[in-house]
Amino acid sequence: MAHLLLRHRDIPDIGKIDIYRKNGGFEALKKAVTQMKPQDVIEAVKASGLRGRGGAGFPTGVKWGFVPNTIWPHYVVANADESEPGTFKDREIMESNPFQFLEGVAIAAYAVGANTAYIYLRGEFWSVAASLDEKIADMEQAGFLGERLFGTDYSLRIYTHLGAGAYICGEETALLESIEGKRGQPRIRPPFPAVYGLYGKPTVVNNVETLTNVPLIIVNGADWYKSLGTADSAGVKIFSLSGHVNKPGNYELPFGTTYRELIYTYGGGVTDGRKVKAILSAGASSAVIVADDKALDTPMDYASVRTLGADLGSASVIVINDSVRMDWVINKTIHFFKHESCGKCTPCRDGTYWMLHLIERIERGEDVEANTKLLHTVAKQMQNKCLCPLGEFSTMAVTTAIERFPADFKASAEGGKHG
Amino acid sequence: MLAEKYPDEIKKILAKYPPERKQSAVMSLLHLAQLEKGFVDRHAMQEIAGICGITETDVAEIIGFYTLYHDKPEGKLRLQVCTDIACALRGADEFLEQLCERLGIRPGETTPDGLVTVEAVMCLAACNKAPVFQVQGPDGISYHENMTVDKAVEFIETARKGVK
Repeated sequence: MAHLLLRHRDIPDIGKIDIYRKNGGFEALKKAVTQMKPQDVIEAVKASGLRGRGGAGFPTGVKWGFVPNTIWPHYVVANADESEPGTFKDREIMESNPFQFLEGVAIAAYAVGANTAYIYLRGEFWSVAASLDEKIADMEQAGFLGERLFGTDYSLRIYTHLGAGAYICGEETALLESIEGKRGQPRIRPPFPAVYGLYGKPTVVNNVETLTNVPLIIVNGADWYKSLGTADSAGVKIFSLSGHVNKPGNYELPFGTTYRELIYTYGGGVTDGRKVKAILSAGASSAVIVADDKALDTPMDYASVRTLGADLGSASVIVINDSVRMDWVINKTIHFFKHESCGKCTPCRDGTYWMLHLIERIERGEDVEANTKLLHTVAKQMQNKCLCPLGEFSTMAVTTAIERFPADFKASAEGGKHG
Repeated sequence: MLAEKYPDEIKKILAKYPPERKQSAVMSLLHLAQLEKGFVDRHAMQEIAGICGITETDVAEIIGFYTLYHDKPEGKLRLQVCTDIACALRGADEFLEQLCERLGIRPGETTPDGLVTVEAVMCLAACNKAPVFQVQGPDGISYHENMTVDKAVEFIETARKGVK
């Protein structure tokens, strides 16, 4: 099947505005603005079953429907802070199929009545931001952004906003704080951004991949979109495959593809001909999946991955072969979360600090079994107590690695830390 | 003065936000201020605080919170290697170690000529192209993917010739 999101793989120059237009570009935006009421657009996206691709999987149309028409102005913000270890899909979309993404931003803005939209990019995406600025200028030039679009009363401007290196800004309220020129620390919710968002105004925050699906739904209809994927997971998904595989990369596949197909059919199998030992299904935020036959044959959709005691998340699949010990893996993930904790809430700030100290003791071979038990207790104590998902996520790999790979946490554990 | 050096850029940045929300411009202004010397000095902080209508402490807070801002001079180029889990599975730790060995420095240190500071950083969203590093310098930030130690050293040598 031809790609729907990674269309540049089939149409090489689709990042140029005239090529994008020749291939149906902006027809969805034109249809929405000239033929549909904003409410109709929201209903179409609701009916499509599209769920947020940033990790949480919340129904996109429902999110848009929460925006109240009693408080103005409204904003749309595209979350392009892509920073989850193992995730690199949004960058490919923005670099290579930018107009489909920007068209999605524009349709979302029309649907919720926003005249201004921001794209929040992580600071490292410096050159992606520069390139998007050019694409935005191309759209303004061609009349797809600016005043009175398609001769209607609707006007829209899109701006990029560059972050500066903070994983936490992928959390939507931290992201909004960051656009406001503050430290990126999450807000206490409720109120949710749909009511109290950017500058205290109703705001929709959507992931890049989520928005890139929107033009397809408007042109082809909700029923067509639902026909792709599985019952609870409509559409296609970009799986970012990394770690011990021969062909790491982004793979756009229907929901319901199995781990085995992703790793062996698409990813070319495990490096050095070794066996896959574990899978992180959602990057560093993931529970560790024991890669037995049952797991490998599990379809990758929201409900099925949950049966493995893990989450689909942003679908960043990190493959770990049998040369690796899980204590090494969680040393890496804990180090990451300790560094990225914003310091606002105590369970996360102190919890990640202590988890790091404990795993370092374990790595030095100090009283391994007692420190492992204590590490597990600290992680468990953090769960359901953190202000935002970052703190919660920091514990997922820790508790599951200890529970599912106990042999790796024995003083006698042998083998390399990684291959 | 930023206002004299980058008048058009500052105007463009401020135009992105509602006129009463100038604080939103602080991050872009810091990126701009940092280009020339690789860090934000006291004068730039004061000027940015003035443009945004916030205090110098507010600006310092932002510099402290976000890892891409620096308040001290280091190498002209900051070469930042991702050593997170996905990259580490593909040899990023060894890459960093060997690169530093070739340069005769340790991670976090700067080459004696002041050209390059080598650091380990968190995920750069390029996990499929490890080893990968980004370079922060006078031209902003660029990515260098599918790296080998030889290719990295070659990049540094080319940069060194450019400086002389």
